[in-house]
Amino acid sequence: MHLAYPAVLAVLLFCTGLYGVLARRNAILVLMSVELMLNAVNLNLVAFDVWLRDALHAGQALTLFTIAIAAAEIGIGLAIVLAVYRNRGSSDVDRLRDTAETDAAETLPDADADADADADAARGTTADQATAPAGKAKKAEATA
Amino acid sequence: MTLAATAGHPGFLSPTGVEIAFLLVGLATLGAALITVTTKQLVHAALWLVVALGGIAVEYLLLTAEFIAWVQVLIYVGSIVVLLLFGLMLTRAPIGRSPDADSGNRWIALGVAVASAAALVWVVVDAFRTTWIDLDGPAQGSTKASGEFLFRHWVLPFEALSVLLLAALVGAIVLSRKGDEDGKGDEDDRARKGREDRKARPGTQGTHAGQGTQGTHADQGTHADQGTQGGQARPAANREDQS
Repeated sequence: MHLAYPAVLAVLLFCTGLYGVLARRNAILVLMSVELMLNAVNLNLVAFDVWLRDALHAGQALTLFTIAIAAAEIGIGLAIVLAVYRNRGSSDVDRLRDTAETDAAETLPDADADADADADAARGTTADQATAPAGKAKKAEATA
Repeated sequence: MTLAATAGHPGFLSPTGVEIAFLLVGLATLGAALITVTTKQLVHAALWLVVALGGIAVEYLLLTAEFIAWVQVLIYVGSIVVLLLFGLMLTRAPIGRSPDADSGNRWIALGVAVASAAALVWVVVDAFRTTWIDLDGPAQGSTKASGEFLFRHWVLPFEALSVLLLAALVGAIVLSRKGDEDGKGDEDDRARKGREDRKARPGTQGTHAGQGTQGTHADQGTHADQGTQGGQARPAANREDQS
């Protein structure tokens, strides 16, 4: 078999996962896209292991390790997502702006912006928070 | 060595049966992966992920890595997707179409993905244009071969990996039990308050529930509202417990 087939398929799967990680809003969908990226890497490892006919079979061993680490990653990731959901009631990654460490997160637009700015980017800035000066205190509470 | 052995191999224009099968399964896998990252229905994304991961398992079989194919089926299709579905269920993901599954930067994401795909495909095809995998002979990834190389050369990493899995298990349990430390009644109380809140305030859903099926959108609207409320109400309650 031509080596380009598995290599190109792995590249395309990886870029599909990359798109999903960047474009998805729900944290669990982001985790699914990460799984796709890991699978693309696994496919590459297996293909190159079979091509090189390695005596140690390093590629296949590393694939097994990657699968196990992916299982651990998805367990921890889901636990984190559930903890975030319980604390904040949402698992949308771009609504968690108040967890950022920047100064910009503290100057939030006030609550009126939420009603009309439904679909655009202003939505992600946690516009539901009451007032801008309270943002800092709230952040301190949330991290306490 | 391998290059010399396969120098007389026919090119792209006369594909073998394995190559055709690989191509077809690869197209199905890629299509399922694309639907996974683009569909608006969250549960469907998890189910299409099953198709994509199963397709990759078939590709492993075609590459004669049998053991890894079955490990893929067992762990990815069997447990990880189930775990993802549980996660979707526990975060009360809407069952129907959710219009805000994609964030605002999806066009930037599309640009980045297409650019990196083009660059990587170009590099990979250019690098491995004249390279063929020799799939003849005994299967290189049969269970016997896998057991031999895994427990002869890779024993120490294997054991370290089991310790890592144990640590991840304990960590996941600790992370998901963290809320119980400050009283279970507090937790239930807050959940009940959230439910009452959702029942009591149907009017706030109007802005979200404009399009599509009413039920799921309304549900989602309350999620957002309840979310910010819970986020603000919770730390105060925590402080009361501590004092």
